[in-house]
Amino acid sequence: MSAPASDVILKINNVSKLFGPVAALRNMHLEVRAGRVHTLLGENGAGKSTLMKILAGVYHATAGEVEFCGSPYKPENPQAAASRGLTIVFQELSLCNNMTVAENILATREPSVYGFINDQALERRAAEIVRDLGLPVDVTEKVGNLSMAQRQLVEIAKGLSIPDPRLVILDEPTSSLTEAETEILFSIIGRLKAKGVAVIYISHRMEEIMRLSDDITVIRDGEFIATRQREDVTIDALIAMMVGRRMDEIYPPRLSPAPAEGEAPVLAVEDLSRAGEFENVSFEVRKGEILGFFGLIGSGRSEVMNALFGMKAAAGTVRIDGKAATISSPVDAIGRRIAFVTENRKEEGLVLAHSVEWNISMAALQRFAAALGFMRRREERKSAVSEVGRLAIKTASVDTPVGSLSGGNQQKAVLAKWLLTAPRILILDEPTRGVDVGAKFEIYKIIRQLAAEGTAILLVSSELPEVLGMSDRLVVMHEGRLGATLAGGATPETVMAHATGITS
Amino acid sequence: MSDEKHVKLAQKPYAKLFRQYGGIFLSLVVLCIIFSVMNPRFMTVANFMNVLQQIAVIAIAAFGMTWVILLGEIDLSIGSIIAVAGMVAAQAFLAGFGFLPTLVLTLAAGAVMGGINGTLTAKLGLPSFIVTVATMGIFRGLVSLPTNGAPAMIENPTWISIGAESFLGLPVIIWIVVVLFVFNHVLLSKTTFGRRAYLTGGNREAAVYSGIKVDRVKITIFMISGIMAAISGILLSSRLYSAQTNAGTSYELDAIAAAVLGGTSLAGGVGTMIGTLIGALIIGIMNNGMNMLSVPYFYQLIVKGLVILLAVWLDVRSKRAKQ
Repeated sequence: MSAPASDVILKINNVSKLFGPVAALRNMHLEVRAGRVHTLLGENGAGKSTLMKILAGVYHATAGEVEFCGSPYKPENPQAAASRGLTIVFQELSLCNNMTVAENILATREPSVYGFINDQALERRAAEIVRDLGLPVDVTEKVGNLSMAQRQLVEIAKGLSIPDPRLVILDEPTSSLTEAETEILFSIIGRLKAKGVAVIYISHRMEEIMRLSDDITVIRDGEFIATRQREDVTIDALIAMMVGRRMDEIYPPRLSPAPAEGEAPVLAVEDLSRAGEFENVSFEVRKGEILGFFGLIGSGRSEVMNALFGMKAAAGTVRIDGKAATISSPVDAIGRRIAFVTENRKEEGLVLAHSVEWNISMAALQRFAAALGFMRRREERKSAVSEVGRLAIKTASVDTPVGSLSGGNQQKAVLAKWLLTAPRILILDEPTRGVDVGAKFEIYKIIRQLAAEGTAILLVSSELPEVLGMSDRLVVMHEGRLGATLAGGATPETVMAHATGITS
Repeated sequence: MSDEKHVKLAQKPYAKLFRQYGGIFLSLVVLCIIFSVMNPRFMTVANFMNVLQQIAVIAIAAFGMTWVILLGEIDLSIGSIIAVAGMVAAQAFLAGFGFLPTLVLTLAAGAVMGGINGTLTAKLGLPSFIVTVATMGIFRGLVSLPTNGAPAMIENPTWISIGAESFLGLPVIIWIVVVLFVFNHVLLSKTTFGRRAYLTGGNREAAVYSGIKVDRVKITIFMISGIMAAISGILLSSRLYSAQTNAGTSYELDAIAAAVLGGTSLAGGVGTMIGTLIGALIIGIMNNGMNMLSVPYFYQLIVKGLVILLAVWLDVRSKRAKQ
């Protein structure tokens, strides 16, 4: 059954990648054979992207060997990877919207004479590529005028336009495609296979994976779990391999019992919708309850939270303590004592150049306002010092620029900032992203403490163990809709099934 | 109790002051030494008063500019606002207004022009560079409308006395600079409004999420910039006994230079009024010193340009070193 070893086009052996002390990949193995589609399966953060970036020459492996087409492979940059016949199409688009399809597809490889671009040759070449792939786009059209799905196809065409592709990596290519375009993509993949090109395919959509793959490799926590041939596995078996870990001592226990089922909710959301992002999302959270929000990237979790916080307009009803509340700006939200620890602390959470003190006080400035708008600096400093102590933020002083703290301590500073507003409803969006294990545990303890004090908590995460380990109840989102609301004891398999949409 | 101790220990104002302004203050001292060696008349009280009066117009405009740059924005229209302010005053006097109504009208004109800059920037999301390049032209054009480009005389004695009289042994102009410095310094460093300006300039997104009404902060700051420019225009017209249509031309560049020399970061979020005041002093002393040494004007331009480049380079370098 198995093909001869000479078919192996890419061989990854014992590859590890460290970011400081954190291992994103440990002793990774992978063998990809010519003319086959090899799917990489793993949760967000399992290490798929790191591995792909090493292959593309964006990152360099800390240890281990890669062999490509029979010789050692260590690309310095994406251009070097392309010159060896390896091309990668990332999930994020890298197109210039104000340039034409042709200019984008052949960017940096424009046919030219003495540096002058030959526009006719450019359009002809691009048109050939597009025709060969069977894409329904006009190469003279500006990319900005195309739909998201068409742009994704152009991105793929750009990736495939290198002279002699041997291995093509597609990172979640169908996430923004409609059914029709997905079919086009699948036929492109079919033709690549027929030409003997190997394809590494990354996706979360199980039906798609089962239809397209020849081989499937599961990775988890940066480690290789198993490689199977498609015929030998079921979806359930794959999900079990993907999430199959025990809940260790990672999550501190509850400090007080979870609120009773019948208790009135602090926050009730009914049929919240925003066109193109999420639809009819309804949920409730009680005093002292931790409500988990799980969903894959693009499922609309963060968008719902942004709407709840007044950053985005949305239709539907939001009730606080049973009364309808209009929240059309963060000012409204903070006024109703909602706090929002956003997903990206550096972009939306902190002013990196400013001191720890200034960052901690920034959402509660009104608390420190005296007559004529003067700041009560001593009060501010006292509060900052006491928050630093309470959350055990490791910093030389409260005057230290917050940008010089470690990721975990920065995250705690964001928490401190919101705790100073004395929130009744606390939204945590990926509160432990980019945080080391020790700090994670401390953040979990803080969350438990807050719940015990009666704060209603919405915990959004793409780390399944985290939501399972921390939540009293769990909301699963899939493609902008509510997949299910599950009790705390849900199994990882059930949650994953709802998140990938295979149980509808 | 231990908290209390921590609170005190963390504040070392003098060390902090030195760290922040030591470098630029040193350059100021070095400049003074060089000029006094080369010309004995430089280091006299009379000359120093002269320098202070000369920098008044730039310093006040630079206080306003500091707010704007702190926000990560720029205001290129202040030179034109200076001229409009003078012309508004001259026309108001011609129309028979008294001193006080004219003063209010002139300040209001500055606030309105700044408000236009701020509103276009905040509400329409246009880059402030483009908005103020446009309004720089528009305001400069408006100056000439009442007189077809000719200067307009100002004869109101109170108005003239601003630039000519002294109070408690110091020229009134210097008092005005001192009062406005204290006002801006206190507003920036001691009030919640000042803090909101720092936070908005430091990270707009984070400020929005923290419940700061950034549009309101932005519009208010452009209005402050407009009002400061109008006050500069009042001083200038008072000293010239007239409104000149080309008054204040390219003053925005000196104001930007003063703010940047003083450590205000063009990226936003960092800067102080003390720094800007020292920056304005450096520019004033360079102008004065080179004038006394009879350095031709075009050489002065070259030297000033080089000094600004040097200052910005030092600023960027120290920031990279911190990262």
